Amino acid sequence: MHPAYSVIFFTSASGGGYGLLFWLGLLGAGSYLPTNRWFAVFAFTFALLMVSAGLVASTFHLGRPERAWRAFSQWRSSWLSREGVMSLVTYMPAGLMAIVWILYERILSWVGLLLCLCTLLTILCTAMIYASLKPIRRWRHPLTPVGYLMIGLGSGALWLSCFTRLFDGGLPCAWIAFGMLLVGAAVKLLYWQDIDHERPVSTAATATGLGDPGKVRLFAAPHTSENYLQREMAFQIGRKHAGKLRRWSLVAGFLVPALLALLSRFLPTGPAMLVLLLAVISNGIGVLVERWLFFAEARHTVTLYYGADAA
Amino acid sequence: MTSLPENPAPRRLGLVIDLDICVGCHACAVNCKEWNSGGHMAPLTDLNAYGDAPRGVWFNRIHTFEVEADGSVEAEEGVGGSCGRTVHFPKSCLHCETPDCVTVCPTGASYKRAEDGIVLVNEALCIGCKLCSWACPYGAREFDEDVGVMKKCTLCIDKIYNENLPEADRVPACVATCPTHARHFGDLADPQSDVSILVAERGGYDLMPELGYRPTNKYLPPRPRQGDAAMPALPMQPTSSQPAKIHPFLRWVDNLLSR
Repeated sequence: MHPAYSVIFFTSASGGGYGLLFWLGLLGAGSYLPTNRWFAVFAFTFALLMVSAGLVASTFHLGRPERAWRAFSQWRSSWLSREGVMSLVTYMPAGLMAIVWILYERILSWVGLLLCLCTLLTILCTAMIYASLKPIRRWRHPLTPVGYLMIGLGSGALWLSCFTRLFDGGLPCAWIAFGMLLVGAAVKLLYWQDIDHERPVSTAATATGLGDPGKVRLFAAPHTSENYLQREMAFQIGRKHAGKLRRWSLVAGFLVPALLALLSRFLPTGPAMLVLLLAVISNGIGVLVERWLFFAEARHTVTLYYGADAA
Repeated sequence: MTSLPENPAPRRLGLVIDLDICVGCHACAVNCKEWNSGGHMAPLTDLNAYGDAPRGVWFNRIHTFEVEADGSVEAEEGVGGSCGRTVHFPKSCLHCETPDCVTVCPTGASYKRAEDGIVLVNEALCIGCKLCSWACPYGAREFDEDVGVMKKCTLCIDKIYNENLPEADRVPACVATCPTHARHFGDLADPQSDVSILVAERGGYDLMPELGYRPTNKYLPPRPRQGDAAMPALPMQPTSSQPAKIHPFLRWVDNLLSR
């Protein structure tokens, strides 16, 4: 699948933003976070900025972005619509919790728990947009939603550990980040191992109904130049470098930030902040690579009509 | 509404495509483009039409496949016969009974008509998110980069119900133009219709049935060719694997002995 940069940025940035909101809600409800209003100002502003920047970016790949509001209507059947609705709904508990925290330095526990639920549902809806597509087997995989959730919560925990460290209060969130990032790495490793050993369901034979698998080959394409379907769904470049990119994303996105988060626990606040900042940057790069691969490695069944043997 | 109609449609209009007699002339694709450039989903934009890499929207594309001989006895009964063959393969929207392209639509632009099962796009509601084209395993939907909305086969909805046309002409443009009558149009919900009888007699089949979209359009397999059984099975070889340098005399002997 063609990796659209706006969608890669959207899923990574919003995922992390919702992850941060999740931890603010959960740990806030459990009174594990500083009640300092400036902590809330920084943390909520950053989270809502990331979420909103991602949502705005997601409209960039639309053919008619001015009609984007129509996407809230079909939540009964469409995961994309559900995602849109949930992203708006989540602003309510996030905004309420932030306002009360900032103005009165009080944490509303029940709003925090509601925020947790909303953020999880929003990330899940985002993942299900991809995981519900039958023609793309590498996306229609049980680990797709797990990966989206764990990576979002991992980035969020890492970001939160910066704020808790800055305000030097509450739970040592770097430990949570360390754990979540390792869980994220494990999920991606499992996912990659699984898709490497998958047996194709659809082949050129089932797509055409002509002959046995391996006996049907495209002889002539319908047109001399590439069409929309080939540009959008028959993306080739990613697979050639998949092995290298997987290693990079694993190291930069998960292992390096996990170790840096661990290291920050043993440093004074100044150097610890620097180390955490490096961890955040490394994690961001790694997650973007991971998301790019998620698209580039996915094969669509339409490629069976354009020369692929199996999808 | 992008939820599917609750009751099965009383009529299921669709196409039956005979792969035995399609000659791959592309006339159906050309006439489709011609009719629909002024039809319900018009325009069918072409960009850089006279340049090096033209690109544009087509509702119907004709692929050509080669099917290798299997060599086994069962295969002689089947599609390939005992020697390979070339099959021209037109493909347009299959107007599935459970089309995910409709249910994934976030805006209600995609819909399946309750009365005849035709899958359509309401261009005025489409935001061009392209998710429907991802949800279609067959590649039936194509994005119009110029207009910014998704386009697809309408089964010539503006032709098949057009009372200004003589009744005989109320068939999709691709069906009307096919010079070999490889394309048939009708109601596949009615077991007595010509198309349903054709499907039953010739063993019409679904594309990618394993995905569960339950396409309405059916494909009729190529018939086994006469004399196939008498001919030895010759596996196809990539040309590059043949010996590159061979003495002209030996090649002549080889040709002579191979006759």
